[in-house]
Amino acid sequence: MAKEKITMPQLGESVTEGTITAWLVKEGDRVDKYDPIVEVLTDKVNAEVPSSFSGTIIKISAQEGDTVPVGAILCEIETEEVKTEDTEKQETKAEVNTPNTEQPSMKKRYSPAVLRLAQEHDINLETVSGTGRGGRITRKDIEKIIQQRQAGVQETEKAAAPEVSKTQPKSKEIPMRAGDVEIPVTGIRKAIAQNMVKSKQEIPHAWMMVEADVTELVNYRNEIKEEFKQKEGISLTYFAFFVKAVATALKEFPELNSTWQGDTIVQHKDINISIAVAKENELYVPVIHRADELSIKGIARKIEELAEKVRTNRLTNEDISGGTFTVNNTGTFGSVQSMGIINYPQAAILQVEAIVKRPVIIDGMFAARDIVNLCLSLDHRILDGLICGRFMKRVKEILEGMDRNISVY
Amino acid sequence: MPVMSYIQAVTAALREEMLRDEKVFILGEDVGKKGGVFRATEGLYDEFGEYRVLDTPLSESAIAGVGIGAAMYGMRPVAEMQFADFILPAVNQILSEAARIRYRSNNDWNVPITIRAPYGGGVHGALYHSQSVEAIFANQPGLKIVMPSTPYDVKGLLKSAIRDNDPVLFFEHKRAYRLLKEEVPDEDYTIPIGKADVKREGSDITVITYGLCVHFALQAAEKLAQEGIDVHILDLRTVYPLDQEAIIEAARKTGKVLLITEDNKEGSILSEVAAIIAEHCLFDLDAPIQRLAGPDVPAMPYAPTMEKFFMINPDKCEKAMRDLAEF
Amino acid sequence: MSVKRHEALGLTDTEVIEMFKTMLLARKIDERMWLLNRAGKIPFVISGQGQEAAQVGAAFALDRTKDYIAPYYRDIGVVLTFGMTATELMLSAFAKAEDPNSGGRQMPGHFGQKKNRILTGSSPVATQVPHAVGVALAAKMEKKDFVSFVTLGEGSTNQGDFHEGLNFAGVHQLPVITMVENNRYAISVPYDKQVASSNISIRAKSYGMEGVTVNGNDPLEVYQAVKEARERAIRGDGPSLIEAVTYRLTAHSSDDDDKYRMKEEVAEAKKNDAIVSFKQYLLESGVMTEETLDNLTKEIDTEVNKATDYAEKAPYAKPEDALKFVYEE
Repeated sequence: MAKEKITMPQLGESVTEGTITAWLVKEGDRVDKYDPIVEVLTDKVNAEVPSSFSGTIIKISAQEGDTVPVGAILCEIETEEVKTEDTEKQETKAEVNTPNTEQPSMKKRYSPAVLRLAQEHDINLETVSGTGRGGRITRKDIEKIIQQRQAGVQETEKAAAPEVSKTQPKSKEIPMRAGDVEIPVTGIRKAIAQNMVKSKQEIPHAWMMVEADVTELVNYRNEIKEEFKQKEGISLTYFAFFVKAVATALKEFPELNSTWQGDTIVQHKDINISIAVAKENELYVPVIHRADELSIKGIARKIEELAEKVRTNRLTNEDISGGTFTVNNTGTFGSVQSMGIINYPQAAILQVEAIVKRPVIIDGMFAARDIVNLCLSLDHRILDGLICGRFMKRVKEILEGMDRNISVY
Repeated sequence: MPVMSYIQAVTAALREEMLRDEKVFILGEDVGKKGGVFRATEGLYDEFGEYRVLDTPLSESAIAGVGIGAAMYGMRPVAEMQFADFILPAVNQILSEAARIRYRSNNDWNVPITIRAPYGGGVHGALYHSQSVEAIFANQPGLKIVMPSTPYDVKGLLKSAIRDNDPVLFFEHKRAYRLLKEEVPDEDYTIPIGKADVKREGSDITVITYGLCVHFALQAAEKLAQEGIDVHILDLRTVYPLDQEAIIEAARKTGKVLLITEDNKEGSILSEVAAIIAEHCLFDLDAPIQRLAGPDVPAMPYAPTMEKFFMINPDKCEKAMRDLAEF
Repeated sequence: MSVKRHEALGLTDTEVIEMFKTMLLARKIDERMWLLNRAGKIPFVISGQGQEAAQVGAAFALDRTKDYIAPYYRDIGVVLTFGMTATELMLSAFAKAEDPNSGGRQMPGHFGQKKNRILTGSSPVATQVPHAVGVALAAKMEKKDFVSFVTLGEGSTNQGDFHEGLNFAGVHQLPVITMVENNRYAISVPYDKQVASSNISIRAKSYGMEGVTVNGNDPLEVYQAVKEARERAIRGDGPSLIEAVTYRLTAHSSDDDDKYRMKEEVAEAKKNDAIVSFKQYLLESGVMTEETLDNLTKEIDTEVNKATDYAEKAPYAKPEDALKFVYEE
C-alpha cells in the first residue's frame, strides 16, 4: 500500500495553471489506472485527467471551480502498487567540473584600463597587490587607491587589504593599561564615525559665527510658554523659534539649502531641516520636512514628536531622510561656541548656542541683554563667505525681530 | 605541375572525386550540357552522363532537398547554387534539414552533401549577383562553411568537402575564378576542413581574412614591406566552425589585428573572430581590434562608382594595415 | 462488392489480420499517449487517430524490406508497419535515451529509424518531399528496384517544397509515391480555405504524374492504389500522387482544442472510423472470429501496457549528451 498524489498536469506548451471544471470521482471511489477522474480547463484545452494509479481516492484537495497551478495536488490515492523510483530522479547530475589547473601568476598582467589609470594617477604598479585571480591588479584595485588618495588618506597602496578604512583610518595604537575599558565600535556608533570621517575628510569646512540679541524673543516666549503648554500640550522651546528663523532665511538663500552630488550641486526646493537628537551615546538626525511651511507651533510639535520617536525607537526611514540643512541645538549643554561637522552631503550646519545674559551697550548705556551665538560650518566647495555672511545676517535679523508682535501659530 | 585557375581547380576536384567514387554526382541549374554558367562543370556531362551531372529544374529548395535525400540514402551529391544570392529559397532545407539531421536523429542519419555556390562582388553583378551570404549560415552547428582563397586550396578543400560525412557549404569567389592562377598538383591531395592557413609570415601586424580578400591583403603586404612594415596574414579557409587556435595564435603573434571581409560589417564572420580574440588575447593586444568590411547597406550597387566604394581592394587594405601598424 | 475483396488484391487472411492488428495497435498507442499527456507524464501528443487505415493500407503495399519512407508526424501506422515497435514509440513519447527516432531530442511524431529505412523528419512541413525524391533519384541512378514513399497533410501541399519536389520527380520520372493524407484540417483551417483545387490529386497533372483520390478509411482501397503506384514506379513509369481522404478524429495536438469545428461533424466522422468498419469486414467475411478479435485486443492491450511501463522507467539521456553528434564523431 502506498499513498500517491495526482497533480495538475501541464496541458499545453505554455500553460501554467488549470481550472477544475468537474470531479468525475469522489472520495472513497476505486479507480483503475488511466480512468478519467477530473475535468480540467486550461487556456489551451479542455481535458479529462486520468488517474496514474489503480487504487482508492482518499482525499480530494482541489475543488470544482478552483484554478490551481501546474504541479499542485489534485487528489490523493491509496494504491496497491509498490512504489517505484521516479525516473526523473535517475537523472545523473551533471558533474560540475572545476578544472584544478594551477593559475600562473597574473601579478604583472596589466590590462589596458589598469595601465591607463596607473599612468594618469602616477601609481607605481610594482607596489600594488592585486585582488584578482593569480594576484592580478584589477581596475577596481586601482580605483580604490585613487579614491583613498582623494579622501586624503595616507597612501598605503595595499589594495588587497580588505575594506581599507577609507573612512576610519586606524590610529596609532596606545597600549591598554589597567582600568582602561575597551568599547567595541559597532552599530550606530560605527555609522556615526563613518559619516563624520567622510564629511570631515571630503568637505572643506569653513566656519563663521554671529551674535544675535534675542531679548525680545526671550521675553515673549517666557510670557506665553505656560499658557501654550496648557493649551497645546507641548513645550514651546526656543529651538522651535530658531528653526523657524533658519527655515525662513533658507527660503531667501537657497544656495545654503543644497547638497553636493559630485558633478553637480543640487539646490532643493523643499526646506527639510535635520535636527540632532541624542539618545545616550547615540546620535540621530531626524528631519522636519518643509519646515518653512510650518508655524512655530508646528515646528515645536514636530520636534517633540521626533524626539519621542527617538526615545521609543520608532523612527521611520521617512523620518530620517531628505534633510537639506541641519540645525543643531548645542546650546542645550551650555555651549557658547562650537564647530559643527556638516551632515554629508548637505552644504552647511548651523549650531544654536546657549542664550546668555550679557551686558551690552545700547544707546551709550549698559543694558543686560539675552545674547545667543549662532555658528555656521559650511562646505566651501558649495558656498562662499559672502553668501553665508548674508544668510547669517538675515537669520540674526529675523531672530531679533521676533517679539510680541509675531504669532507662534 | 600544371598552372590552374581557381575555377579549373574546382572542375579538377569534381572530376577526380567523380572518378574516385561512383556515389559522387552533381546537380544544379545548367550544370549539365552547358557545363555551368561559370563553366565549373565543363566537360563533366560528356564524361559522366546525365545522371551524374544532372540539370535540375529552377528550384533551389529542391536542389538542396533532393540532394539531402540522396545523401541520406548514401550518395555524395555536390549541389550547385548558380549564385550564392539565390541560395535563400533553399535555406530551410539547409538549416532545418541538412544541418540538423545527424543531431536530431541521434547520429542515426547523416547528410554527406556539398553545396557549392559562387559568391562575392567586383564583377558588376549588382545587388543579387555580388553578395556574401556566409554570415547567414555561420551560427548553425551541424554545418561547415568553406571559403577557399587559392586554386591549390580549392582543389584540396573541395575534395575534403565531398568526402566529408556532414553537410559542407563551399563558397567560391566568382571574381577569383579566372583572376587567380597558380600551380596545382595533378595528384590527389586533400586539405583538412576547419584549419586556417598562414599565407604570409610577419611580425608587425596580423591580418585575418578569407576568400578573395586574402589576395588583396597579400598585395598590400608586399607594398608595405617596402616601407618596413611586416604583415602576418592568416587565411581562415573554413569560416564555420572557426579555427580558434590559429586565430588566437595569429592575434598573439603581433598583438595588432586587422580583420578583413567584403561582407557587410555588422554581424559578419569578423564579429565572431573579434570575439574570440577579445576572449583570449586581452593581455597580448597592443591595439584595438580593427575591422575592414563592406558598408552596412543591403548589397553591392551596380554603378561602378558605388561598386568600387563597397568593394574591398588592395588600396583599402593597405591604408587600414598602415594605420594599424602606426598605432 | 465481393465478400473477400482482399483476396482479389492478392492479400491473404493472415495479412489482412496483420493489417487490422497494426491499425488497432496504432490507435491504442495513440490513445495511451493522450492519457499520459493528460496525466502530466508526457508533454505533447500529435495524433493519427482516424488515419490508421490509410497509413497501414499504404505501408502494407510497399516492400518493407527495401523501400524508403519519409513519413509525416501523424504516421504511427506507417512506422509500425515498417518495423518500429510500440515500445520504441513510447520511448519517443517519454523522450527517453533509447528512443530510436532521436534519443529524446525531438518531440514525438518526428520519426526516423535508419535500420527500417525511415528517413528522419523535422517540424517544418513538406521538407520531407524533396528528401523522398532524392532517395528515388538515387534508386534511379543506381538502377535499384526500390521506391520511396512520402506522406504529408493536405495543408502542407501548399508549401513550395511539395511543388518543387513533385515537379523534380515528374521531370526525371523518379520512383517516388507521394500520399497526401487529407484529413480536412490544417490545425483549424478547413480544406476549402487551404486548397483552391477541388481535390489534391488533380495537382498531379501539372507534375506529369498519375494522380488518384481514394477513400482513406478503406485500407484495401489505399493498399490497391499504392500497390499500383509502386508497380508503375518499379517499371520506370515514374511517380504517383495519391490522395487518401480521411478525417482527423482528435484535435490537432494535445495543445489544441478543436472548438473550430462542430461536435456533430466529428461524431459523424466517427461512424466511418476504419477501425470499426475494417473489423466488421474481417468478422463478416469470416477472416476473423470474435474470439480471435478478443485475443488480439488483449494482446495489444498488454503490448501497450508493457511499452508504457518500459518507457516510463527507462532512463533519460545524460544532460551532457546534448553536446553529442553535431558532426561525425
